[in-house]
Amino acid sequence: MAEHLVFNGDQAIAYSWKQVNPDVVASYPITPQTIIVENFAEYAANGEVETEYVCAESEHSAMSLCIGAAAAGGRVATATASAGLAFMWEVLWIASSMRLPIVMSVANRALSGPINIHCDHSDAMGARDTGWVQIYGENVQEAYDDSLMSFRIAENMKVRLPVMNCIDGFIVTHALEKFIPIDDAVVKRYIGEFKPIRPLLDIKNATTYGPFTGNDYYFEHKFQISEAMKSAMGVVKDTFKEFEDLTGRKYDVVEGYMLDDADYVIMAIGSTAGTLRYVVDQLRAQGKKVGSLKLRLFRPFPFADIAKALEGKKAVAVMDRAMSTGSSGPLYPEVCAALYNSKDRPRICNYIYGLGGRDVKPDELAEVFDHLAKGTCKDINFMGVRQ
Amino acid sequence: MSLSLKELSKIEPRYTEGHRLCAGCAEPIIARQVLMATDKPVIVSNATGCFEVSSTIYPFTSWTVPWIHSAFENAAPTIAGVESAYIALKRKGKITEDIRFLSFGGDGATYDIGFQALSGAIERGHHFLYVCLNNEAYMNTGIQRSGATERGANTTTCPTGTCTPGKKEFSKDLTKIIIAHDLPYAAQASPHNYRDLMEKARKGFDANGPAFLNVIAPCPRGWRHDSSKTIDMAKLAVETCVWPLYEFDNGVYSMTGESKRIAEGSKEKRPVSEWLKAQGRFSQLMKPQWASVAEEIQQNVDKRWNALLKLCKN
Repeated sequence: MAEHLVFNGDQAIAYSWKQVNPDVVASYPITPQTIIVENFAEYAANGEVETEYVCAESEHSAMSLCIGAAAAGGRVATATASAGLAFMWEVLWIASSMRLPIVMSVANRALSGPINIHCDHSDAMGARDTGWVQIYGENVQEAYDDSLMSFRIAENMKVRLPVMNCIDGFIVTHALEKFIPIDDAVVKRYIGEFKPIRPLLDIKNATTYGPFTGNDYYFEHKFQISEAMKSAMGVVKDTFKEFEDLTGRKYDVVEGYMLDDADYVIMAIGSTAGTLRYVVDQLRAQGKKVGSLKLRLFRPFPFADIAKALEGKKAVAVMDRAMSTGSSGPLYPEVCAALYNSKDRPRICNYIYGLGGRDVKPDELAEVFDHLAKGTCKDINFMGVRQ
Repeated sequence: MSLSLKELSKIEPRYTEGHRLCAGCAEPIIARQVLMATDKPVIVSNATGCFEVSSTIYPFTSWTVPWIHSAFENAAPTIAGVESAYIALKRKGKITEDIRFLSFGGDGATYDIGFQALSGAIERGHHFLYVCLNNEAYMNTGIQRSGATERGANTTTCPTGTCTPGKKEFSKDLTKIIIAHDLPYAAQASPHNYRDLMEKARKGFDANGPAFLNVIAPCPRGWRHDSSKTIDMAKLAVETCVWPLYEFDNGVYSMTGESKRIAEGSKEKRPVSEWLKAQGRFSQLMKPQWASVAEEIQQNVDKRWNALLKLCKN
């Protein structure tokens, strides 16, 4: 087993790319992702990778370069955040529609305006319908592991969709933590040779990519993407299992903590899940039957796994670090849908929290548990905002 | 390579029959000329527009070479991505062929929405030839103004009204802006002079870095001329100096074709009024009310032509 390293989340992702040695990395710097591309630029400058590293003049062009490179037959990675992901939004759909296995790390950051560089999930949640698999990591170890696994998931023949691996801006991207990398040779074997499908660079078998498609075929194309995304659920689970066999690190699409006998559960995505486990421990010490549920995979959405984890509980709070203005947080209605047909469904309420990097304090989460137990939470609540 | 019609007719077409462009459209004529200008394998990216939607209506395609369309504004970075993968795979020994990279975009995709992306790709030095099929408006969506639309032209977003004749502004001189990137090769061409166009395309394909070719592409629908007059119209654009044929080859400016002969005094420079009269989009300028606009267009054409003459003499 390799020695541990002390890296921040961005550095860990760049390190994973160094080990993967993609054919093309095309990117544009944006806080809090920038360290990824800076570190990778150093690897390229020092000849530690064979990658063609391209500094695009915008995120839209960065993703367009990735699309061209992946369609050409290359293994491709990029990274972005916030406004950068929003700027890519148009072409994200094209990447998935062409079934290009691009891997993109997203350092989750609030969207303007007002301009803010800190963590929330508005950026990636805004891209939830684009046909990209979305995995969320909690810490530096998961940032590294998810980045590696994303290549396997994206390139799986049952999937062949682009994958977004997300980490919380600053909280994970800039926090130094111990993590255990995998040996270079093991990564090389694990990732394997890239197998392009009908690449543009195969000049003897000319392929047309991105034709105009009218009402006679468009729907069928979209259905095929939906089927591929459905297959991704099994592929992600298999990938997690294989990764456990390789490293001993166990992952699942949803990960419960002290759930078995819990009456009250808080569900969250990303770094907040770590804070939640601390709060659960504190309250358990007081004899309170509480637990937490971390969501690792948002697309495809693990309806069945969530239903299994939460049915029979008395009350659940779904934490959303994003807001669909005029509705609720984006995670909440999907969790409700997952449980609607359960025989014994809990009361479910929504907490919008942490927007623009607002700190998430253990006391506040303990208070949410208190509201769940007392039945005093509304359907949609705001945690930690001055009203 | 030989540019005799006999020899050219033997070349296997890379852009074939079955496309759905309008009768009289200049774009397929230009595309075939460009694609015949190299005997190397070519991979094409295409911006959204007339040329794209008409050539690949799923499940059909008019392309016998690898081709990719992504979006409206990103033909340049898309082909740059293909070229980047090519460099990487060549470095790894996975590709041995010597391939050329080509982008097509209309003037909307090139002058307007994709301008930044094109500028970035040129600045980064990707090896590709970008061909602007310049029909001077957004024709695919029904004749809306672009940065390439000439002053006074009637389009659906700068319509002829009682207060204004049409577009208020002169066209953007994009070729000049592209040349400001100091790229290896840039030129203006016209499909009526296919030898000149193909020679420029060949230079663009073989340039040691990015190359840009701006080609005037008469549009019978948008320009309001008979579909049999496309080539005549392209020729008239050159003969009136509305569209000078010239090139910028590794820092050296030269007039070519008819423009060279006009510059040398061996060919008449025809008045812009002939160009305006030939097209319905300028018909309002023939009224006394807007006569001054026609005069301003002539003055602007003269200003740009004289500036270009100086550059070509240096």
